[in-house]
Amino acid sequence: MEHIRTPKVEQVRLLDRSAGQRKASVGTLYLSATHTIFVENNPETRRETWVLHSMVSSVERPPSTPTGSQLILRCKDFRVFHIFIPQERDSVDVHASLVRLSRPEKYSELYCLSFNPNVNKEEREESWNFTDLTADYKRMGVPNNLWVATAANSEYRVCDTYPSELFVPKSATPAIIVGSSRFRSRGRFPALSYFHQDTLAAVCRCSQPLSGFSGRSQEDEMMLQAVMKSNPGSDYIYVVDTRPKLNAMANRAAGKGYENEDHYTNIKLQFIGIENIHVMRSSQQKIIDVGEMRAPSMTDFLWGLENSGWLKHIKAVLDAGVFIARAVADEGISVLVHCSDGWDRTAQACSVASILLDPYYRTIKGLMALIEKDWVSFGHKFSHRYAHLDGDPKEVSPVIDQFLECVWQLSEQFPCAFEFNERFLIAIHTHVYSCQYGTFLGNCQKERRDMRLCERSHSVWPQLWKDRAEYANPLYKAELSQSQGVLRPNTTPYCFKMWKGLYNHVEKSTPPRQSPADFLAAVKEESQQLEEELTNHQEVPPGGPTHQQQGSRQEDSNPDGEANHMGEGGGSEEDD
Amino acid sequence: MEFAEHIKTANVEDVVLRQPLHPPSRGTLCITGHHLLFSDREESSSRQVLLLLRNIDAIEKSVENLLGYPGFFSNAGHSERPTDLSLEDQWDLSSPEKHYSQMKELHERWRLSSVNRDYLVCASYPPAVIVPHSIDDDTLKKAAKFRQGGRFPILCYYHRKNGMVIVRSSQPLTGANRKRCKEDELLLQAVIDGSDKGYIIDTRSSQQAQQARMTGGGFESKSCYSRWKRLHRQMERGKSLQESLIKLVEACGDESHNMDRWLSKLENSKWLSHVQTALSTAGLLAECVERDGHSVLVHGSEGTDCSLLISTLAQLIMDPHCRTMEGFLALLEREWVQAGHPFQHRCAHSAYSHARLQQESPVFLLLLDCVWQLWRQFPLALGFSEALLLRLASQTRRRPNTLKRFRRK
Repeated sequence: MEHIRTPKVEQVRLLDRSAGQRKASVGTLYLSATHTIFVENNPETRRETWVLHSMVSSVERPPSTPTGSQLILRCKDFRVFHIFIPQERDSVDVHASLVRLSRPEKYSELYCLSFNPNVNKEEREESWNFTDLTADYKRMGVPNNLWVATAANSEYRVCDTYPSELFVPKSATPAIIVGSSRFRSRGRFPALSYFHQDTLAAVCRCSQPLSGFSGRSQEDEMMLQAVMKSNPGSDYIYVVDTRPKLNAMANRAAGKGYENEDHYTNIKLQFIGIENIHVMRSSQQKIIDVGEMRAPSMTDFLWGLENSGWLKHIKAVLDAGVFIARAVADEGISVLVHCSDGWDRTAQACSVASILLDPYYRTIKGLMALIEKDWVSFGHKFSHRYAHLDGDPKEVSPVIDQFLECVWQLSEQFPCAFEFNERFLIAIHTHVYSCQYGTFLGNCQKERRDMRLCERSHSVWPQLWKDRAEYANPLYKAELSQSQGVLRPNTTPYCFKMWKGLYNHVEKSTPPRQSPADFLAAVKEESQQLEEELTNHQEVPPGGPTHQQQGSRQEDSNPDGEANHMGEGGGSEEDD
Repeated sequence: MEFAEHIKTANVEDVVLRQPLHPPSRGTLCITGHHLLFSDREESSSRQVLLLLRNIDAIEKSVENLLGYPGFFSNAGHSERPTDLSLEDQWDLSSPEKHYSQMKELHERWRLSSVNRDYLVCASYPPAVIVPHSIDDDTLKKAAKFRQGGRFPILCYYHRKNGMVIVRSSQPLTGANRKRCKEDELLLQAVIDGSDKGYIIDTRSSQQAQQARMTGGGFESKSCYSRWKRLHRQMERGKSLQESLIKLVEACGDESHNMDRWLSKLENSKWLSHVQTALSTAGLLAECVERDGHSVLVHGSEGTDCSLLISTLAQLIMDPHCRTMEGFLALLEREWVQAGHPFQHRCAHSAYSHARLQQESPVFLLLLDCVWQLWRQFPLALGFSEALLLRLASQTRRRPNTLKRFRRK
């Protein structure tokens, strides 16, 4: 609370353009430890707008005009609020407070950790068990005679950014694992991401080798051999480097690089040029600008979109996933994926491939499990990438945004293949940034364990599961051929659309958009309710149990003679 | 000589067919008098591709290096096996007569005139047209002489809510001498009788309208048509629209799958800009009638392209009945077929064709694209789906003079 200079300012005007608001509303602004709250003066509605401090991306204070001072609040979910404060001094104070509040320096300042840990203790600890990665691996068919669990990293001693539960090829001994990890950036040695039971091919992930120009590691070479041997159907593997070839080559000068096909026999190297986090950060900023354009001409819009390069990058990520999925499902060849550190582009490529390969990950629970596995457990740097704390702005990048968007693009091409709708993806996106829950806090599993996150915060998944009716896709049919098996998307440029649901909030205005899916969901719900009512009526015999007579309709009556309903005369008759 | 007699080789084995978005397949090619038939050799698939010869626009012979393909065909779309086309049976979905009899509210101030029963007054109009009560046939005949192609202002839509109407015509033949026509002025006066003013939406820029006078055309001047307010909205038509479509198709067909150039190629084609202009002009038209509460006259030069486009779209916007399946088809019948849109000239070839005919212009296709955009924005508001639009698009291409009966006589 010490960061709040002015907890309350009256006669403030708020304009939420992203909600389609045309005229500012007048009310009172409050600053709490966790939120900015605006309450409309209108006595009938007293509408409240709550903005979490951790959702605030930037607070801008353009020069004052005679009419007052303005603050522009930009949020990480791309909402934009214009706040007009009459007194300049108040606006200076609010600005300073918000700047500080939206840049927490310690985790303990965050919403998810700022409540009494002893309340709901058991429920909270239970929430962390909602996703069970061991069960997911088992579902994949792992461990088996090709892939085994290794305890080498159970204390995070081999690689501190990897999970403690890992699967490696059967022939990878602890010595090989340790040796290989020494030859990989950040110690991130090849480990299993996904096992495809139909072809026995696997998707593995790691980071770039520390090969430089001529370095070699016997253990690392043996590790890749082991990966190959774990696929009896093929005598080579693909190594997919998700960086542009030039960048990969440049890394060699820094003692890193990529696998030399002369040293690693039986590999085929494939570069898939996904740009780095800095390029993506600036690209997203440009598409946000496009989304904020008001009444653009067709030319402005198309030029803006192309200039941002955003859809090009989305296509690159999807192409990577498609390549991996084809190799695994169609050719039956295992793939080892890496980028530089193996926690950004690698995570994207592997998880997109999983979505294409395995229908389970297209369900609500499946997507939760996938994100827990390839993103959370494998050490994607959430707190750095999504600016949970005030840190290095160069670390910030919309990596998971792109993954979620790939899933959305796929759901537009395959509308019946996903159990969830766009709202589910947007909800996940919001929570990645919001720090309302502990799921995405921290940068790796070890850090979360050291922070005792399970005891001090809730996991987001049970809440999303509870709300799943809102996230269900009524067109989803698990039995449809489109939904089963491997998805083969069309990746021609004209198949990629701008994700208006995320970037173009201005669309969310009255009248609300017509959504056939929502309409269908409402019809389904109504039908279900009517069916339930019908069943209920059938359970109560006409006239009530007291008037039931021998020989009357007995089908629905309880053979135990239990009285389900009290009839008018009170008491009930026994059925014979 | 029959087509069939020109065939030198009726069957060719071991041909490879390559289509976009399909894997290549090997099979047998047969040529008949009307079709090309390709039969897939694969046992698992019994795929047959039937290609109507008249749908082929361009044949290119390319020397493929290794396997010596004889050539490849570009085409504008496959034909389905000829099923009975239910659309074909509906010769009389709607007509001005039907429209007039169904719309009782019209009878008070409007009448059905058969001045054009022999197509002598206007060759491109239907035999019966809806005109104001107070205007007799003689006046109509004289007014027709003052409009290009004889297309004098006639009613095409009556807005139940406020009694306002949309009329459409072609440009007045004022010419460089600023000719006047009393009958034309009377006719338009009668249209807005009882109202303080009317709007004219001219689908040319004001500069184009001015220049039209040099070639005998023109616009309704303020002095002669004092109670009409002119609004200019420049819409693309004719050759440049055809060029736009050709560029669009090229951009879509780019095999390199390069995202870098896709959007700028799309932008460069300007097709979507045309869609946007059409929809916003139709929106303007709807606003004038519905929100502003005034009648509107729509015309361009010939009154057979953009005028029909925006009057159709405006009716879709304003009238829920036009958004049902039957209502939509009736709308097309009235506003395009009966209204004299020259389908045969406009839809002669596809965008793959290298021929550039003078009169070609994909205005009807632009209409279907605009309707599709409406469907995307309001998916619950239309009683038909994309499939209908696609069917219409391919039918128009295939049989422009049978399905869309162009010239009666």
